[in-house]
Amino acid sequence: MPNGVLALKEVSINVENNEFFTLLGPSGCGKTTLLRMIAGFETITEGTIKLFGENIERLPANRRPVNTVFQQYALFPHMNVLQNVAFGLNMLGKSDIEAKSTAQRMLDMVQLGQYADRKPSQLSGGQQQRVALARALAPSPKLLLLDEPLSALDLKLRQAMRVELKQIQEELGITFIFVTHDQEEALTMSDRIAVMSNGEIQQIGTGKEIYESPGNVFVADFIGETNLLNARVQSSNEEEAICLIGKDTALTCSFTEPVSNDDSVTVSIRPERIALSKVSTSKKHAGIKGTVKRFAYLGTDTQCMLELEDGTDINVRVQNAHHNATDFTIGESAYIEIDPGAARILLN
Amino acid sequence: MSKLVEKNNKAESSRGVFGEIGVWLLSPSWIVIGVFLLLPVIMMLVYSFLTKEFRGGVIWEPTLAAYDQFIFDRGLFGDEPPVIEWTYITIFARSIWQAALATVFCLLIGFPTAYYIATRPTRSRGVWLFLITIPYWVNLLIRTVSMKFLIRDTGPFNQFLLSTGLIDTPIHMVNTNFAVQLGLFYSYLPFMVLPIYAAVERYNFTLSEAAWDLYADRWTTLRKILMPVVKPGIIAGCILVFVPSLGAFLAPDLLGGAKTFMIGSLIEEQFKGNAGNWPFGAAASMILLTLVLIVLMIYARQQTRTYGGAH
Repeated sequence: MPNGVLALKEVSINVENNEFFTLLGPSGCGKTTLLRMIAGFETITEGTIKLFGENIERLPANRRPVNTVFQQYALFPHMNVLQNVAFGLNMLGKSDIEAKSTAQRMLDMVQLGQYADRKPSQLSGGQQQRVALARALAPSPKLLLLDEPLSALDLKLRQAMRVELKQIQEELGITFIFVTHDQEEALTMSDRIAVMSNGEIQQIGTGKEIYESPGNVFVADFIGETNLLNARVQSSNEEEAICLIGKDTALTCSFTEPVSNDDSVTVSIRPERIALSKVSTSKKHAGIKGTVKRFAYLGTDTQCMLELEDGTDINVRVQNAHHNATDFTIGESAYIEIDPGAARILLN
Repeated sequence: MSKLVEKNNKAESSRGVFGEIGVWLLSPSWIVIGVFLLLPVIMMLVYSFLTKEFRGGVIWEPTLAAYDQFIFDRGLFGDEPPVIEWTYITIFARSIWQAALATVFCLLIGFPTAYYIATRPTRSRGVWLFLITIPYWVNLLIRTVSMKFLIRDTGPFNQFLLSTGLIDTPIHMVNTNFAVQLGLFYSYLPFMVLPIYAAVERYNFTLSEAAWDLYADRWTTLRKILMPVVKPGIIAGCILVFVPSLGAFLAPDLLGGAKTFMIGSLIEEQFKGNAGNWPFGAAASMILLTLVLIVLMIYARQQTRTYGGAH
């Protein structure tokens, strides 16, 4: 570990066979370090890494059946594309003919078959990225590690590559561990996501679980947008709790861990789970009244910021399919209604 | 500045910011290259085809005598049938051998040194480079003489070995090929270290990681990835050591003897005092220059083959 800095605390993940597993987190959260530990570039001071039941944490990188796709591709500039892809096979002692034919097959798979004789510098960024992928897949690793491989590509290419990566992973049936800071990327491709922060795993789950049932404030805030409101628990039973937001706004909330009365808690509500209307339509409790502070038209939907009567700001996202979101003017009164089950008490 | 460029672009020219004056901005470079490089070489070329004046200097009568003398022996009075004169060819061959050997030694020591420095933390690299260049603050002549003192029979090196009892009689080093080699190696080592350092410093070590990840061991990674990628630096270093070693005269003069005579000394003698033979010295210089140019051309051709027309 460089300069003895503790990069990762207690991290325990269990990746299934043939799974597309993503490590998601902001930069500096330890996701790349974790990946480099699995690859063998960093030594771990404590703990174990098991691959199909075998301990690999003491093996050097060149003896682990694990390959990496690097962020900046790291293609060998003095070799042509075919030689790059065949490199791992040559190193494994495969015959030249076998290595070349496998490499050619891999290049065909990433649709670069006709570029075999080119030098990496003669390819575009997207093509280099595919070569890097083919090179890492050619030796048939048991596990493929991808370190933000799409971050250097432009948006259109990145979106196309997401679909392609997922297809390749499903076709080959190889386990992928993918590192990214881009939540959209993580949500589109992953079977499961581990959200990391400060060298710790915050939550592991499918995209849906993480988005809809975030385990703590960090996860709720990092994945998507959310309103984080301070609240006090008024009463609770085994399934839900009634919380007071501000002075007199009562909300029914779900929770991950039991709370007791009078606890100070943070409640998370996704902006798209809040409805906005000019009159109170709620049957269960009176609609919460607020004033429109500003709104932004975002194409598919409109984002509104409301100030509630007690001074709390709240973000609401209304789909433009309903045509009513833009009917409001700034300073106008509006009522919000929160979907049942949308409010969730989170641990800090 | 950008406005200027824009204006120029509109005015259909691609001559850049300075327009037509641009060409003249090169004139200082052309004057320096012309006066200090091309002119002397042309003078030498002309002198090599002139007749020698016995007290030094030349007579303006064109002749091939200088080149003839280099290759053929026609006896004391020049009237015998020509046989190949091996003296100068031997000196050339020895020089090439010594220079090549110095290059190999400099590479063997210089590459690990450069690699070591380039992989230090950024801040300490400066210190290491400074240490490498420190000897250059002292004149080469003085350093070479000091080397002679160090390795002579009664010098500290032999004294130390004698005192340890490893040897009974001093190892005789001065006036041997070994001493000349040592001098060349010592003089030109930094010329090997610096270009390789520059290349390794630019090297993207993720490439080594990628090779390692793809089952290459460290030695294979060095041989198949690092070395080929930093090859331009290695070749630059080899040229910077080989070429001046080939023409060196201080180390052979001061550390060597008659048996270790090299081209540099041969040429030097032709122009020193009144005993010299200017056309012969010029001819030897031209032959040396031709050899060096051939080496450089082979290198240049190989570069274009490796990197293609894409660059």
